[in-house]
Amino acid sequence: MTVTATAALSLGPVYFLWDGPKWRDFYFRIADEAAVEHVTLGETVCSKRQHFSEPHIAEVVERLEAGGKTVTFSTLAMVTLERESRHVRDLIRDSVHPVEANDLSALGLLKGRPHSIGPLVNVYNAATARVLAARGAENICLPPELPASSIQGILAAMPGFSFEIFAFGRMPLAISARCAHARSKGLTKDNCQFICGDEPDGLPLRTLDRQSFLVLNGVQTMSNSCAVLLDDLAPLVKAGLNRVRLSPQDCDMVRVADLYRGVLDGRIDGEGAIADLARVYPGVRFSNGFLHHQEGAAWVSRGRNAASGGD
Amino acid sequence: MPSFPPFLARSIDVTPLWLVERVARTIFSGVLRAHPDLFERLGDYRQTRYGFAPVDLPLHFAVVPATQSLIVSRRGQSQPVDARIEGPLVLLLGLLEGRCDADALFFSRDLAVTGDMEAMLALRNALDDSTIDLPREIGALAGPFSPLVAGTARYIRARALEGRDVTWN
Amino acid sequence: MELICPAGTPAAFREAVEAGADAVYCGFRDETNARNFPGLNFSRQEMRQSIGLARGKGVSTFVALNTFMRAGAEALWYSAADDAVAMGADALILADFGLMAYVAEKYPDQRLHVSVQASASNPDAIRFLIEAFAAKRVVLPRVLTVQDIARLTRQIDCEVEVFAFGGLCVMAEGRCSLSSYATGKSPNMNGVCSPASHVRYRQDGTDLVSELGAYTINRFGPGEASGYPTLCKGRFEIGDVQGYAFEDPVSLDVVDQIDALKAAGVSALKIEGRQRGKAYVAEVVSSLKKALVASPEERAALVARLRTMSEGQRTTAGAYEKRWR
Repeated sequence: MTVTATAALSLGPVYFLWDGPKWRDFYFRIADEAAVEHVTLGETVCSKRQHFSEPHIAEVVERLEAGGKTVTFSTLAMVTLERESRHVRDLIRDSVHPVEANDLSALGLLKGRPHSIGPLVNVYNAATARVLAARGAENICLPPELPASSIQGILAAMPGFSFEIFAFGRMPLAISARCAHARSKGLTKDNCQFICGDEPDGLPLRTLDRQSFLVLNGVQTMSNSCAVLLDDLAPLVKAGLNRVRLSPQDCDMVRVADLYRGVLDGRIDGEGAIADLARVYPGVRFSNGFLHHQEGAAWVSRGRNAASGGD
Repeated sequence: MPSFPPFLARSIDVTPLWLVERVARTIFSGVLRAHPDLFERLGDYRQTRYGFAPVDLPLHFAVVPATQSLIVSRRGQSQPVDARIEGPLVLLLGLLEGRCDADALFFSRDLAVTGDMEAMLALRNALDDSTIDLPREIGALAGPFSPLVAGTARYIRARALEGRDVTWN
Repeated sequence: MELICPAGTPAAFREAVEAGADAVYCGFRDETNARNFPGLNFSRQEMRQSIGLARGKGVSTFVALNTFMRAGAEALWYSAADDAVAMGADALILADFGLMAYVAEKYPDQRLHVSVQASASNPDAIRFLIEAFAAKRVVLPRVLTVQDIARLTRQIDCEVEVFAFGGLCVMAEGRCSLSSYATGKSPNMNGVCSPASHVRYRQDGTDLVSELGAYTINRFGPGEASGYPTLCKGRFEIGDVQGYAFEDPVSLDVVDQIDALKAAGVSALKIEGRQRGKAYVAEVVSSLKKALVASPEERAALVARLRTMSEGQRTTAGAYEKRWR
């Protein structure tokens, strides 16, 4: 397999609550060892968690930049409180780094400044992407829900613009005002005791028939399966995809990045890389159903896909 | 919960199926003729075989709107269908007229639905939009006795739905 | 406050108008709106007639085009907007920025309302929608408390509409892919959450089991009030504990907070339920119409009556009360 065009690897923000040292050490290792070019960081899911990572941000940014990574700050996915609004405003006003918008308030405040759009903003078509690009967006990470046909359509409509897809990690599927994670432990959001920190890779939720289904991550609900768009990348990169996002899970993300880089560079074949990935992130089901126009939880391997006539 | 009077249910037990079927078919095709909009709104689900199982009658009705076919069978010998709804007869008739809220009846477990839910939903929505008035439809089939038949049917309906909140007309 | 009422069919539309709606909202029979259910919604001709009927009675019609344009199929949404404008819709309810930009540019005089699906939950978000698309009204997501709403309306120059009664999204609206994760049909792109095509009810002994796609969503014991297998109102297992992980099968009801919402600066109350029948629409609209002018004691009786029509036959004030979180 050879890919002529290539795409950059980008690391999305850690969606889970990791304690300060764990969070810092994770990024130190990324800075020193991971084959990623772009790193987006900062609390995105719950404003109550911000103080865990804040003390370490300066040293993490310094180390990442020393490692040659470009750093972008993520804004909160859901802003309802005055305190949260203020945080987004301050970040956008003061940041010397580019900012990634993950809600509508950031979209408004970022007008006229170079910025990125995160996967939690609904960009389903090129018309929307153009609106955002005209306001200063320079990179758009498309929502995990988009099928390949939509991605291809958007890429074709805006050649030269930098698009990114969510290619590894449990997918963010929903966000709520209510904290199901705290609720499951008999707590409420306002008195949560940061209980979501107990599950650094999400709290599994099964159906009554014990089917693995979702994981809770504070106010966010994520897929239990891990999105793995690895053997699916070549046609998208060929169509002009610029970046491939890896979303941090509690596994060896340096190794994950190596595998993705290897496949993008044509050094490793997709199927082999997927087998390796299953060893790096064991016990987790992979999915790529959204890309293949199926239920998001589905897994379509290239072999099976070819047998059924492709998509 | 209103239910079909047991003595009437017993009398239907001894009525020949062909007679029940003939009456039901006449009403069914009358309704479809009078409400082409219902047919149009059903879209692809005209081909669906719908089953209606009144729990207070020993009968089962299988209906295909596209072919205007209706088959009546004794309970236990019912035809295979794609989508089936089961509940007290007056509620099934109330649904037919859009007089009862199907969702509320389903949530309260007064009605049970099985099979192709999309087809059932399409039928529910199509029926809800068409202003079927069974006493009028039945009356219309009774020629010169129309006012008498419609009036009697209205009276029975009012009695049957007594106690259920039905606000609009 | 205006009362904004749902209609899934022309018959329900007539009921809403008769029952005292100030405005009726409805959509075309396709993917361009978020209640794209079989047998539901309006053909072009039905929409034109309904708008005319409403106008004759001094009632407004809002046309919901509140899904996100599928890449490659944008023409479907554009032509729906063109037609709704030509038919004289009093407002278009939109969620997709691309579609908002199209309408704002092509029809600058058309009233543009921002759908709850756009998830505008704070003053800066609403300012963005006013600045970018000249939005006149925003339907707030069901993630805010009454206090949040009061604080918000003071800071913006835009009408605010809130949900008062009906189905309750537990997740921020327009930002939920749970249903497409299980079924492949997307609420945002296909306009259908927990699609009937993927719903199955199975009798298991005396239990009624509801399934969505390959997943068990709930199990109801004999006589237990049941619900539609909407993912966020399903029963699941976390650790060893089984229960409603996100929300019980309940409906939203903030009728007892009408005065507080009015004081908070809310312009319009919205009733959810385009997928419900005309009997439901008639009942809920007339009860809420009465509730708007009733004393608090009279209101309680009206609310009790409505509760019997709700999913799970129970209601909640949801996010409007802080303790719900």
